[in-house]
Amino acid sequence: MKRNPIISMTLFWVLGLFFTAISYGNATAAETIKIGVAGAHSGDLASYGIPSVKAAELVVKEVNARGGILGRQVELLVEDDVCKPEVATNTATKLASQKATAVLGHICSGATKAALGIYKDAKIVVISPSATNPELTQSGRYPNFFRTIASDDAQARLEVDFALDVLKVKKIAVLHDKGDYGKGLAEYAKKFIEESGKASVVFYEGITPGAVDYSSVVQKIKRSGAEAVIYGGYHPEASSIVSQMRRRAMKTTFISDDGVKDDTFIKVAGTYAEGVYATGPKDTTKNPLAIAAIEAHRKTYGSDPGAFFLNAYAGMQAILNAIEKARSTKYKAVAGALRSHYVDTPLGKIKFDNRGDAIGVGFSMYQVRKGVYVQVR
Amino acid sequence: MDYFLEIFLSGLTRGSIYALIALGYTMVYGIIELINFAHGEIYMIGAFTALIIASVLTTLGMSGPAVLILAGIVAVIYASAYGFTVEKIAYKPLRGASRLSPLISAIGMSIFLQNYVMLAQTSDFLPFPNLLPELPFLESTAHIMGSTDFIIIATTAVVMVALTLLIKFTRMGKAMRATAQDRNMAMLVGVNVNRVISATFIIGSALAAIGGVLIASHIGRINFYIGFIAGIKAFTAAVLGGIGSIPGAVLGGLVLGWTECFATGYVSSDYEDAFAFALLVLILILRPAGILGKASVQKV
Repeated sequence: MKRNPIISMTLFWVLGLFFTAISYGNATAAETIKIGVAGAHSGDLASYGIPSVKAAELVVKEVNARGGILGRQVELLVEDDVCKPEVATNTATKLASQKATAVLGHICSGATKAALGIYKDAKIVVISPSATNPELTQSGRYPNFFRTIASDDAQARLEVDFALDVLKVKKIAVLHDKGDYGKGLAEYAKKFIEESGKASVVFYEGITPGAVDYSSVVQKIKRSGAEAVIYGGYHPEASSIVSQMRRRAMKTTFISDDGVKDDTFIKVAGTYAEGVYATGPKDTTKNPLAIAAIEAHRKTYGSDPGAFFLNAYAGMQAILNAIEKARSTKYKAVAGALRSHYVDTPLGKIKFDNRGDAIGVGFSMYQVRKGVYVQVR
Repeated sequence: MDYFLEIFLSGLTRGSIYALIALGYTMVYGIIELINFAHGEIYMIGAFTALIIASVLTTLGMSGPAVLILAGIVAVIYASAYGFTVEKIAYKPLRGASRLSPLISAIGMSIFLQNYVMLAQTSDFLPFPNLLPELPFLESTAHIMGSTDFIIIATTAVVMVALTLLIKFTRMGKAMRATAQDRNMAMLVGVNVNRVISATFIIGSALAAIGGVLIASHIGRINFYIGFIAGIKAFTAAVLGGIGSIPGAVLGGLVLGWTECFATGYVSSDYEDAFAFALLVLILILRPAGILGKASVQKV
């Protein structure tokens, strides 16, 4: 059948107007302050993203019960990016079109990086509780970006210092999962080791995430004679590698990052996890605000909070505090307030430096001892 | 030399893992020329069923090989039921349609099953207990080849031989070959084609479930997404070996496993996938039907 071009053009226009009308209607109807929450809420990294949603819900519930911010209620727009950059751009576009004032997220560095440009053009403040890629703040390209977690080079610095000064190893293998997060961290670790001159990197490679087994990489580590492995990546691969090393009776020390400092790692790797080192955010168990936030989570959801919960909680508080201090939801005012006003959060008293990194947030070294992560430094 | 042997054995294990899943792909393709993308999900469901049954049995106080056998049997039955149902729901109504329609239906089924398991179970990784027994005669070689590696390799070999015998010498096997050659003609001479296709799916799914139990024991963790990557690699192996050919699936799996492991061992694991797929391209240029595949004339 041949289509009449005029009819199809008309149809196109009518449909176009129809959709425009709908989105216009939405934009004017709301009186609430809209805050986006973006991150992995499904998929295999959902355990990193869901706790942020819960943190946001808890903060907002409390604020709304108090009467909201600037006399307006706060509304959350929760969007899933499955930790994938290609999905994250859609998520960002959607949140921008829904006129979010600020966004808490995204969770993974790769997805965050992909989404940031869109937020920047739309003049939306973004606070990530977990994206640790150094470039996000250090490149200076994203003045709208803030985070309540220290960047990867801080973690790599701690890992390397710990390996060299405390464990005193001389031969180190550096592995990563080829992702933005893992590879970024591994590159810093390699650089720091080489600069120190105290130890050598005997092995530097990327593994394929999700592969059915890693025995050949493990054999190669063994052959390299490394005394310690520094791994940049997430817990699914780390648990496989550690298990296969231990099953082959290798005692090589395993040091990793906060992608591995997750209880799922211990649950999955079981006894093989014993002795594994991982860096993670500073211990906040004695902070009364943290205790209250965790208690609220237990009461509302009936379980202990997951990864990055407190970072997300602090991020959400920082956003709302900045809006209140700025007495406006305008981008410039909110971003300025984030940099100039301290806010009390479960992570301590924080504000942000010019690049967007939180002042007063850092990392500690943890080790798995008898099935739990214990802070060692 | 020792290092070479270690890498060789790693490749053998990895290749056997691919082969075990690839057998199901290749059987279904051989009979109805459909790439059953939901096959990886059946493998995942097999592993989940085994995990649930094993946890229940362990709480009831059972241990050792009894848990493995019972969990394995239930997983096989359950996964076969899924395979059977998937075929009835998603492929049978499309049997007369163009070849693309069941392919899309298969991808849809795959996504559906993944999300179904995610919602019904969890999106987290779950620890999978090592159900396989420690073989005493392998104790001295545990640093290069453990019991789980050995059991996976042996199972793949046994399954391959059993399937070949089934297809060559039994009535059902004869009916399968007839259906593969010409479905309409087979129907005319009295072969119950529907039953043959169902049987193919049931056998393929049973193999996937066995693979699921063994591989999950080897890796030690499962989540709803494991079927996807394993499925893609197994599919590559099936194509490499010549899709539709049973020894071809095993050979393809092994070649893929070795390529990946040697690339990791002697070059860099950064290029593991690059080497594997470069090999696939090379083989498909030289032998478009795969290593053991027969070049077939397109039936119109």
